[in-house]
Amino acid sequence: MTNHWVDIKNADIILIMGGNAAEAHPCGFKWVTEAKAHRGAKLIVVDPRFTRSASVADVYAPIRTGTDIVFLGGVIRHLLEKDQIQHEYVRNYTDLSFIVREDFSFEDGLFSGYNPEKRRYDKSSWDYERGEDGYVKTDPTLQHPRCVYQLMKQHYARYTPEMVERVCGTPQAKFLQICEMLASTAPANRVATILYALGWAQHSIGAQIIRTAAMMQLLLGNIGMPGGGINALRGHSNIQGLTDLGLMSNLLPGYLTLPNEAEQDLPQYLAARTLKPLRPNQMSYWQNYPKFFVSLMKAWWGKAATAENNWAYDYLPKLDKLYDLLQVVELMAQGKMNGYICQGFNVLAAAPNKAKVLEGLAKLKYLVVMDPLATETSEFWRNAGESNPVDPSKIQTEVFRLPTTCFAEEDGSLVNSGRWLQWHWKGAEPPGEARSDIEIMAELFLRIRERYRREGGTFPAPILDLWWPYANEANPTPEELAKEYSGKALVDLPDPKDPARIVRRAGEQLAGFAELRDDGSTACGCWIFSGSWGPTGNLMARRDNSDPTGIGQTLGWSWAWPANRRILYNRASADLQGRPFDPQRKLIYWNGKAWAGADVPDYKADEPPDTGMGPFIMNPEGVARFFARAGMAEGPFPEHYEPFETPLGYNPLHPKTPAATSNPAARVFARDLADMGKVEEFPHVATTYRLTEHFHYWTKNVRLNAIVQPEQFVEIGEALAKELGIANGERVKVSSKRGYIKAVALVTKRIRPLTIEGKTVHHVGIPIHWGFVGIAKPGFLANALTPSVGDGNIQTPEFKSFLVKVEKA
Amino acid sequence: MALQSLDIKRRSATTSPTPSVREPSVGAVAKLIDVSKCIGCKACQTACMEWNDLRDEIGTNVGVYDNPADLTEHSWTVMRFAEYENPQGDLEWLIRKDGCMHCEDPGCLKACPSPGAIVQYANGIVDFHEEHCIGCGYCVTGCPFNVPRLSKKDHKAYKCTLCSDRVAVGQEPACVKTCPTGAIEFGTKEEMKEHAQARIADLKSRGYANAGLYDPAGVGGTHVMYVLHHADQPTLYSGLPKDPQISPTVSLWKGVAKPLSMAAMALAALVGFFHYMRVGPAETSEEDERNAEKEVSHE
Amino acid sequence: MNGMNRRQFFKVSAAMLSGSSMAALGLAPQTALAEVRQYKLARMTETRNTCPYCSVGCGILMYGLGDGAKNAKATIVHIEGDADHPVNRGTLCPKGASLIDFIHSPNRLKQPQYRAPGSDKWQTISWDEALDRIAALMKADRDANFVEKTAEGKTVNRWLTTGMLAASASSNETAYLTHKIVRSLGMLAFDNQARV
Repeated sequence: MTNHWVDIKNADIILIMGGNAAEAHPCGFKWVTEAKAHRGAKLIVVDPRFTRSASVADVYAPIRTGTDIVFLGGVIRHLLEKDQIQHEYVRNYTDLSFIVREDFSFEDGLFSGYNPEKRRYDKSSWDYERGEDGYVKTDPTLQHPRCVYQLMKQHYARYTPEMVERVCGTPQAKFLQICEMLASTAPANRVATILYALGWAQHSIGAQIIRTAAMMQLLLGNIGMPGGGINALRGHSNIQGLTDLGLMSNLLPGYLTLPNEAEQDLPQYLAARTLKPLRPNQMSYWQNYPKFFVSLMKAWWGKAATAENNWAYDYLPKLDKLYDLLQVVELMAQGKMNGYICQGFNVLAAAPNKAKVLEGLAKLKYLVVMDPLATETSEFWRNAGESNPVDPSKIQTEVFRLPTTCFAEEDGSLVNSGRWLQWHWKGAEPPGEARSDIEIMAELFLRIRERYRREGGTFPAPILDLWWPYANEANPTPEELAKEYSGKALVDLPDPKDPARIVRRAGEQLAGFAELRDDGSTACGCWIFSGSWGPTGNLMARRDNSDPTGIGQTLGWSWAWPANRRILYNRASADLQGRPFDPQRKLIYWNGKAWAGADVPDYKADEPPDTGMGPFIMNPEGVARFFARAGMAEGPFPEHYEPFETPLGYNPLHPKTPAATSNPAARVFARDLADMGKVEEFPHVATTYRLTEHFHYWTKNVRLNAIVQPEQFVEIGEALAKELGIANGERVKVSSKRGYIKAVALVTKRIRPLTIEGKTVHHVGIPIHWGFVGIAKPGFLANALTPSVGDGNIQTPEFKSFLVKVEKA
Repeated sequence: MALQSLDIKRRSATTSPTPSVREPSVGAVAKLIDVSKCIGCKACQTACMEWNDLRDEIGTNVGVYDNPADLTEHSWTVMRFAEYENPQGDLEWLIRKDGCMHCEDPGCLKACPSPGAIVQYANGIVDFHEEHCIGCGYCVTGCPFNVPRLSKKDHKAYKCTLCSDRVAVGQEPACVKTCPTGAIEFGTKEEMKEHAQARIADLKSRGYANAGLYDPAGVGGTHVMYVLHHADQPTLYSGLPKDPQISPTVSLWKGVAKPLSMAAMALAALVGFFHYMRVGPAETSEEDERNAEKEVSHE
Repeated sequence: MNGMNRRQFFKVSAAMLSGSSMAALGLAPQTALAEVRQYKLARMTETRNTCPYCSVGCGILMYGLGDGAKNAKATIVHIEGDADHPVNRGTLCPKGASLIDFIHSPNRLKQPQYRAPGSDKWQTISWDEALDRIAALMKADRDANFVEKTAEGKTVNRWLTTGMLAASASSNETAYLTHKIVRSLGMLAFDNQARV
């Protein structure tokens, strides 16, 4: 979230699209009901199904799954055509006036630089034009034909209300009503927020859908404002924290990135990431990258990371490609992986195409599962009848299942969607012999290290040199680890302005990332968490819930990254003179000497408002980008592409270009492309989702949740049920090209058929929570149906849009 | 705990006067269920079971979101989901939390023949005391909302207590505390009525011309009230009765039970109308029968 | 269901008569006629925690048996929302309100277990056995398949044949340590639930 949960109460218009906050985040959704009850806010829900969120909405509009870019692109067109945008904001705080290179083009659904064999773009033309001073050229009049404003207007001119109705199935009247409601927040004193989740992310064009929404919010001047923003409602309790800490194939903590194999030396690696300003007087905060990186390497390899060995740069593995989950399952299925460790992750249920995952797991030599609960993954080798028809005797994988503690049995911190790091306390001992994940990982590491010490082996240095300063080596405490990622001084740190003065003593915790240095004198495991355990102690454990301004900022409750800042880009909530756009909801303002107010400024604290420094300090431009440059895989402006399993077979925006039917730059392997179904055989559009009574595959082990939602079902509309002769409560079989499930049919008015390009399209809703382990009624893993294709940027699988066939079981 | 300290207003089948000198300074309590804010998440259901140490069966799905499908001795509250297409052609998903309404004039208490098995506290809560329950099921018949349920296990009647144990120490009921969207609120009945008026004004501003409060007069008003978007059509909400009344048979029962001199006569008179009584599962063990006969012979 | 059988008739009428006549005589029954259920949390130990499900991060209060004395085992018996928490303000969704049954799920794992190749059942093993065997398997795989240099001579120091998925509900401290260890081994096939 750019903003945070409580801040939703400050919104005037709330758009829930690509998510179902009432269902998946009920306690956060309360701030929607608060905004409605106390601000008179209006709630809009756009979804293929009439959801629990829709049940309390002011306006609901249906949409065909996977066509959100058409809808949102239509809103962008509406705002530009009617000129309902926040002019002062977009002129000063975005790249609208920036001029794009002449060789950039968009034709027949493809941007310049496409290579169809590699399914990838050469992005060099996707850039701004530079002047002789090295800075980007701009045209403040917005008249230049290649300025971002003109290019964007031209790009979305095709996204008419008629096109929206044809492609999305949304009635024009409803669409226009929603456009008007959103446009009502263009004035500086009105704000809209967007709440989304995996309903946007889990598409082959997921990242671009989200980008389109962010563009819409920028046009309306809603980013950085209280009650505004673009708010990803993350799924798991610490998925934000794990992302922040970089537990992904290509990341390091704090959104630093692992080197590619072409980056053989450290200066080359740092130069590519130390972004120089693209406009005069911009902060371009990534200029500090070396400080963050060197401090990380000191936290990991301590004394073994020296200036002489490039801070142990060679200890880091170098990427030849991404090793995301889809890639790993592909390698497993090809028999190229030997071992796999699942730490609290039920991959058999969570990855797309269960049959492929099963095949992959069965080819492993060993599988290690760490979990508080029994999972399908740990029992993938068990024959569960029709829902897992395997022959254990033919599966040679050794499986280890290690019992872990759960939340109630450990101390530590989790990061919520609002980026709050909240500390929690242990209340009881774990059952039986269960141990914490920290202890298991430490024990495992020590045993591996001991073997390398004793026996030697391949490249043991990074293992033997790993900094391991914990009082009990076999069980580091959460406190020790939190202090390590927050960061400390390794030597006495002199004040750069007055070297005689020591600002931090050796061993002292640092107050924040501004104190980090690139000379090896500081250690910090995650720069964006720096200061969470500061010189005064554990700020994550703070419990002061006072809210003096009444806008819900509670700066004394826990600690938010970065720097305890609660609303990102908050400088953009004030005008060029530093006055809040909305005096009723003051966030920060210029008091003549410094920025002050209800939040930690996302800006240089003493920079006067009128020096031309932009509010988007992480961007080298200093402003927000409508034109993504090389930042996205598919192109600088989001374009609609059909789901890989499309009910149409062509892209209505580019009916004559087969290459532009589905995302030309998606993550897809040849084998998976061959596993895609066609509408002739699988005529119904399916989408998967969670129910509020359950949490993924955990709560089928939880009796109270099993009681309130006991048995697997699929939702089908009354029209489709009638067509297929299916009565409510009857059992049905739902098949895709990859497998099938059987479940109870829940026949509902809440799913209506849509007319798309003159054809009737039926949606089928598939809740995901059942499987062959648990105390709820046994069921089928829903990913038996889902296709293995991922978004081109983040490789998130397309769980929200695929084709199935429904029939009586 | 001594009887006098409990501020009991009424007891079933008891004719001795109830201590009634004390009066709560702020009147009775009430729970307000704002259906227009309810998302049907069932947090109230699980919080209720959790607090009250109840676990219902893991049932089946019969083609609706309602699980468990009905109130039981373990499920003192359930969500009822109704899909309604309004005259404008838009869909509404009307979700109502069902459970005891804690009537000011409780039909269950009036119908109950067992002394002290059902009580009404001065704060308005109607509570069942199962140790005195004889499992006759009259409370089921007496209830205009079809709420109490007889357990097959112990043949006693159960229903929502409005968490009288929490309220007694100053806490709100478990369902109220947990409700994520604030669809359930708790306070004095006066405060809840005022709050409801603000909610109704908001709903009217959003086009629900018939929004209103459900606090039915036929049972003397209730200590669980609803804000409805369509207060003119309560039956849209999974059959919420439009004008609930205590069954006339219950009034008759009270009439005959009160004068003790008529006790013997009552025995005979009752036979006639037992026929009309709807009771819970008629499964009575041999042991129960023996106990029942013993009780009779004692007398 | 309609009507009443003879046994119930006797039971009802007997109770009615005995109860009301005793009350009429001014004799209170032996047990109190009305009493609320005793409040069960009065002296339990309250511990503050965070709901482990979604990312709203609701504050919860866990109530453990006993008052924290050394000889009392603090089994958690009740969980409700933390009213001080700015986001949830005491509320919990149907999952958070049911957390007690997660902690005490019959499917909680209690001992390390091992499934041998080709077997159709678990066997219990000790932590020592399990961790030693896993460490041996990991080291053998790493030693055999670690890539120090590519064919073109680039230094890459990566291990691709063993992968790991990290827990999206584990704490930052667990995640940080896990990341540190995984990269020290040179592992790249490393992901979490963020993109799934």
